[in-house]
Amino acid sequence: MKALWTRRRFLRGFGGGIAAAGLLAACGRLGGSRREIPGRICGADAARAHRLRAGGFPSPSRVERASCVIVGGGIAGLSAAWRLSKAGFEDFVLLELDEASGGNSRGGENAISAYPWGAHYVPLVNPESEAVLRMFQELGVISGFDAAGRPRYHELYLCAEPEERLFLQGAWQSGIVPREGLSLEERDEMARFHEKMAAFGAAKGGDGRWAFAIPVDLSSRDPKILTLDRQSMAQWLDGEGLRSRPLRWYVDYCCRDDFGTPADQVSAWAGIHYFAGRRGQAANAEPNTVLTWPEGNGWLARRLREACGDRVRCDAVVYKVAAESSGRRVEYWDARGDETRALRADQVIYAAPRFTAAYTVDEYQRSRPDALAAFHYAPWLVANLSLPRPPRGKGAPLAWDNVLYESPGLGYVVATHQGLKSVPGPTVLTYYRPLDQEAPVAARRSALARSYAEWQDMTLNDLDRAHPELRAEAERLDVWLWGHGMIRPEPGFLWGPARAAAGRGLSGLHFAHSDMSGMSLFEEAHERGIAAADAVLKSLGKKVPA
Amino acid sequence: MSYLLLLSVFVIATCGLVYELVAGTLASYLLGDSVTQFSTVIGVYLFSMGIGSYLSKYVRGNLVAVFIQVELIIGLVGGFSAALLFASFHYVAGFRALLYSMVALIGTLVGLEIPLLMRILKDRFEFKDLVSKVFTFDYIGALVASLLFPLLLIPRLGLIRTSLLFGIFNVLVALWALHLFRNQLGWPKLLRGAGTLVLILLGLGFAYSGRIQEWSETAAFSERIVFSKSSDYQRIVLTSESDELRLYLNGHLQFSSRDEYRYHEALVHVGLRAVPQPRRVLVLGGGDGLAVREILKYPEVESVTLVDLDPEVTHLFQTQPLLTKLNGGSLSSPKVSVVNADAFIWAKQAAPGYDFVVVDFPDPTNFSLGKLYTTAFYRELERLLAPEGLAVVQSTSPLVARKSFWCVNRSLNSVGFKTLPYHVYVPSFGEWGFILAGKLEPKIAAGRALPADLKFLRESMLQALTEFPPDMAPVETEINQLNNQALVRYYEEEWARYPGGG
Ligand SMILES: Cc1cc2nc3c(=O)[nH]c(=O)nc-3n(C[C@H](O)[C@H](O)[C@H](O)COP(=O)(O)OP(=O)(O)OC[C@H]3O[C@@H](n4cnc5c(N)ncnc54)[C@H](O)[C@@H]3O)c2cc1C
Repeated sequence: MKALWTRRRFLRGFGGGIAAAGLLAACGRLGGSRREIPGRICGADAARAHRLRAGGFPSPSRVERASCVIVGGGIAGLSAAWRLSKAGFEDFVLLELDEASGGNSRGGENAISAYPWGAHYVPLVNPESEAVLRMFQELGVISGFDAAGRPRYHELYLCAEPEERLFLQGAWQSGIVPREGLSLEERDEMARFHEKMAAFGAAKGGDGRWAFAIPVDLSSRDPKILTLDRQSMAQWLDGEGLRSRPLRWYVDYCCRDDFGTPADQVSAWAGIHYFAGRRGQAANAEPNTVLTWPEGNGWLARRLREACGDRVRCDAVVYKVAAESSGRRVEYWDARGDETRALRADQVIYAAPRFTAAYTVDEYQRSRPDALAAFHYAPWLVANLSLPRPPRGKGAPLAWDNVLYESPGLGYVVATHQGLKSVPGPTVLTYYRPLDQEAPVAARRSALARSYAEWQDMTLNDLDRAHPELRAEAERLDVWLWGHGMIRPEPGFLWGPARAAAGRGLSGLHFAHSDMSGMSLFEEAHERGIAAADAVLKSLGKKVPA
Repeated sequence: MSYLLLLSVFVIATCGLVYELVAGTLASYLLGDSVTQFSTVIGVYLFSMGIGSYLSKYVRGNLVAVFIQVELIIGLVGGFSAALLFASFHYVAGFRALLYSMVALIGTLVGLEIPLLMRILKDRFEFKDLVSKVFTFDYIGALVASLLFPLLLIPRLGLIRTSLLFGIFNVLVALWALHLFRNQLGWPKLLRGAGTLVLILLGLGFAYSGRIQEWSETAAFSERIVFSKSSDYQRIVLTSESDELRLYLNGHLQFSSRDEYRYHEALVHVGLRAVPQPRRVLVLGGGDGLAVREILKYPEVESVTLVDLDPEVTHLFQTQPLLTKLNGGSLSSPKVSVVNADAFIWAKQAAPGYDFVVVDFPDPTNFSLGKLYTTAFYRELERLLAPEGLAVVQSTSPLVARKSFWCVNRSLNSVGFKTLPYHVYVPSFGEWGFILAGKLEPKIAAGRALPADLKFLRESMLQALTEFPPDMAPVETEINQLNNQALVRYYEEEWARYPGGG
């Protein structure tokens, strides 16, 4: 008893000593005052989206004509536009609400580096994602295939080593699967989990299709597999007796990373898809590598747009998509010139988030479809921090993706990681955090009420554990809020009726946004954009490229 | 209260042992031969404790005040012991003397602690209880220290911070004793002031320990430093000792004037003499101008472009008389243009057409430098090279880092280069390796005569350089790519195993 008492006393004394020293250190470092870090809330003006809901736009002064109008310039819309341009079809206009195209895959740039504002990587492409494979060849991301049919990727676009690390127990370990300090049982569970995922990855359904495919709609419809969609990922883990804390953290992290939604709110089918749906291989990289660029998928968005010349119009808020006797009439508010305009089109590709159609598409004004009410979206915070030198820390060296164990955020990626400097210098960190501590609607409301200073605090408080130096060193910190960042694959959504119904188009109107896949993935957005473009070409009687 | 005093026995016992362990560890880090260092440190320490115990009988008057003073001095000296020893290693000639005097001082003071405390406590316990209790806590403290030290303190805090932290504990014990006995002390305010001051000093030391560490480690040179400067990219240190000049970048030896000609003659001439028409030459890295000195021995060479990251280095080698004497003023030759840029980034935008390229980068000690050895870089190299040109790549030691060496070779081959690896012996580096690479098979049997004034190379030796004895013979390796950085891992592994390397 006494020994124990002594030890506890000792440890407390120890902690006290550290606290005292820490206090002194803090006084020495900050001189008592708090440093101001410049920055602001950037990004899509929430006011524009709300103006859209409020309605009451004056009727358009000018009416133009185009064979096809694309609404929304995210990856889906840009992919459609790219496809039309590649097919030699130029009579289209793309309308994008924001001041620049790219949507969730937008990037930014400052004097130090380009950096992502949202989507930042694409895994090695699955063989069944044929449109993506073709496009990657055209953009030079893939230069050829080896004898085994595996793509050879451009070396500068493959994520450079070291790819990821995890801050655990006061130091960085390489890789994000927790390893350091795990008990034997915890290690066992981790291995058991990965075995199960590998089995799912190799599994095919009774219909001969992969159990988990990308695009999602190529997956098997075998009811034995689809039942996974009726429970949450957390319930599935409970059912398998997988309960150890490091594993549960890891799975939760992955669900939050891919869906912006914790494991207890994500369908088990979606959760497993994260681990089992990716079968991409490369001639010149390990199978689990990813593709990334300093500006994240903003690089892809830019390359797709390059083919479209001046047919992309930004600051164009579409508020009405009306059905006419022949074709459609799209009305938009030119936010820069503050005037409304209209376009007559034979075909419309609707690549804005699917739920927004409830406010814009004529047919839905008469009767709101129930299906759209099932579309729930996860809000996100993304922050970009500029630093005069790379962040420090004990253990494994700085990686591309740097994750903190059991943290409310998802860590940060390093914009200069793909750079070619031989001595590390100033850099930009992109911090990611799904706002999932409240249900989406409440979380969006709280987010709107938060000031810039509060966002800054949230970011730095989370990273503080690994990087106390950021407070003193950050030169700039900008934040971006994605109110409807990602579709949430809640139990029942992926393989339920709402998603199926939402996928069907209306006359002269093709829906293309990635949210109809139930998962926000680059591949889904691209494949849907291409499919919509092909449908348009077909209905206009044009030749569809092979 | 008596028990609380006993607790302080435990704390000071822990502190005492920690200082001893710190000194022993530090001595074996810095002086090597850990068995000798540990046993001499422990011997001196224990003996000094005996002296302290002996001296304790001369302590008269207010025992508590003396105890408090002793604690404060131990806190200060013990607390800063590691920092002081680290920092003085390279500046104080009698480092050993300093080490043992500090160990002796701390040991003596620690030796005083227990006798003093026993005398303070003697009226509160029966003698047999007193002895048993004091020593029990003393030994428990020793156990705790000896377990915490390797398991928690060294991995988490490091030496400098550990000793500072335990210095803080000593001072806290002093301040606490001061508080308990405040009514029995003559100058409580003075003591409290002193205690607070020491505490602040230790606290500041703890807060800035990172800097202390950095500063003391960059000083890790055994020779006289004639120049040192931190540029934007690295720490440049030039040392000189009996006519020998050495350049260190970030603590890594770049050359010694005593044998650099072996390195640079091998680097340049083996390849350059085999290039049919060497008009345009490119040097990547090598801001010291020593490779350029060798290149300029070929009158056919019309222009040399030297790309080195660090303007401080190239400026130093253009202006410092000791150094321009060494490189023969090569960087000021009208044929030479110096570009300060990061090589990979420069190479990506450079126009091709070089007949000979010298790739003389620092070893791949980290992932950033590792990029300069990847297939992505070698593809740029291939683009820059004229059809009949040759490139030579310094490729670390094939003896120490055999896999690393052959990994560079394989990576060059994988982008289409034909290669010819060779090696020479450079005393200050050891057995060193280079790889000649060309779009056509590099041949060294042919080629023009070597310049006349070489100190090392002879034509008759060339063939032998390309022979690799079994202990350096080719091994299977991965191809080094940006997305695997296989070379950095090999390099780290191989040099870590090498005594004195890594
Ligand atoms: C923080 C974050 C990180 C992500 N990271 C990744 C990742 O690493 N990898 C990955 O594959 N995926 C990631 N995603 C998912 C990403 O959403 C998809 O990869 C893809 O960018 C979705 O493209 P989209 O075109 O379907 O949708 P969006 O990007 O949502 O595009 C829709 C576009 O429509 C516009 N729009 C909306 N309303 C209107 C209107 N009324 N009028 C005109 N235009 C309108 C919007 O401004 C937007 O540009 C991430 C998402 C977020 C939020």
